[in-house]
Amino acid sequence: MLKNTQEHWGLVSKAFHWLTALIIISLFGLGLWMVELSYYDPWYRKAPDLHKSLGIIVISLMLLRLIWRVINPTPKSLATHQTWERYLAHTVHIILYLLVFSIGITGYLISTADGRAIEVFNIISIPSLGMFIERQEDIAGWVHWVLAWTLITFVGLHLIGALKHHFIDKDATLVRMLHK
Amino acid sequence: MKLFKQLGLAAFLTTAAFTNSFAADYVIDTEGAHASINFEIPHLGYSMLLGRFNHFSGEFSYDEKAPEKASIEVEIDTTSLDSNHAERDKHLKAKDFLYVSKYPKSTFISKSFEPSENGGVLKGDLTLKGVTKPIEIAVTNIGAGDDPWGGYRRGFSGETQLTLKDFNIDVDLGAASRAVTLKLHVEGIRK
Repeated sequence: MLKNTQEHWGLVSKAFHWLTALIIISLFGLGLWMVELSYYDPWYRKAPDLHKSLGIIVISLMLLRLIWRVINPTPKSLATHQTWERYLAHTVHIILYLLVFSIGITGYLISTADGRAIEVFNIISIPSLGMFIERQEDIAGWVHWVLAWTLITFVGLHLIGALKHHFIDKDATLVRMLHK
Repeated sequence: MKLFKQLGLAAFLTTAAFTNSFAADYVIDTEGAHASINFEIPHLGYSMLLGRFNHFSGEFSYDEKAPEKASIEVEIDTTSLDSNHAERDKHLKAKDFLYVSKYPKSTFISKSFEPSENGGVLKGDLTLKGVTKPIEIAVTNIGAGDDPWGGYRRGFSGETQLTLKDFNIDVDLGAASRAVTLKLHVEGIRK
C-alpha cells in the first residue's frame, strides 16, 4: 500500500505528489501577492517569511520524493499510452523536477545574498553560503520570477495531459494518482 | 598644405571643445574609498535607516582664491545601492523605488556655488530615476593639504534633502518617511 508497484502508485508517492503540488501552487500565488503588498500591510513581513519557510519545506519534500522515486519501482505507463505521449509526459516530469529545484535555489540566493540565514517558521535556520556574484539578489530574483512562471506553464501542461487522459482517452492515468 | 590646414582646424576644434568642457582639477577618491554617498530615511518615524551607493565617480574644481567658481560632477551607479539587507536592496532597486534596470545611472552636475564662511551652498541638477531637478546642497569645507604620499587632497561634506515624490518614487512609507536625506563625504586628489 505504501510502496509503489509496477501498476500502482503507493500512498507515499501519492502524498508526495499532492502535497508538493499544493504547496508549489500556493507558493506561486503567495509570491505574486506578497511583492504587491503595501508597506503598512500586516502581511508585509509575514508573507515573505511564510513564502521562504514553505519554500524550504517543499524543496526538502522534493528531495525526499526524489530519493523515494529512485528506491521504489515507478508504475509502468498504461498500455494504451502512445509512444509520443510517454516521451512527452516523461520530459514534462523531468522539467518539472528541474524547475522546482532551480526555483528553490534561486530563492535561497535572493534571501541569503547578504549573509543572512533563512528562518523556517523560526524553528530551523538555513545558513547563508554568502554572495557568489555581484547584485546576486537582483539577478537571482529575476531568474526566480521567470522560472516560477515557466513552472506554472509546465504545471498547466501536466494538468492538461492528465485531464486529456481522464476525459478524452477515458483511461486511468489521473485516477491511479488519486486512489486505487 | 591642405592637410596642415585640416590638422590646424582639428586642433583648434579640439582645444575649443576641451575649454568648453568641465575642467576639473580634483578626482574624487573613490579608488581609496575616501568618499561616500549615504542616504538616511526615517523608519516609521521611530529610527533612521541608513544606506549608501558603493560605486560612483566624479571630479571637482575648487580654487581657494575664487571659491565661487567651484564646480563638481558626480555619476552614481544606482545598482550599487547597499542598505545591508539583500531583500530590501532588491526592493529599493526595483520599479517601486529607483528602478535601476531602467535608470542605472544618477548624476549631479553643479550650476553654481555660493561660498560662505567654511562652506557654502552648491546648486545644481540631480538626475535620479530619469527625473532631473535642481537641488541645493549645504557644503562644509573639511580641509585641504598635502597627504603623506606625495599628493594633495581636499575634502568636503554635504547634505541635502530630497522628497521621494519629486523623483517619481510613490511608495507610501508613511508620513515620517516622505523625504530622504543625502549625506555626502567627498575627498578629491589633485591631478
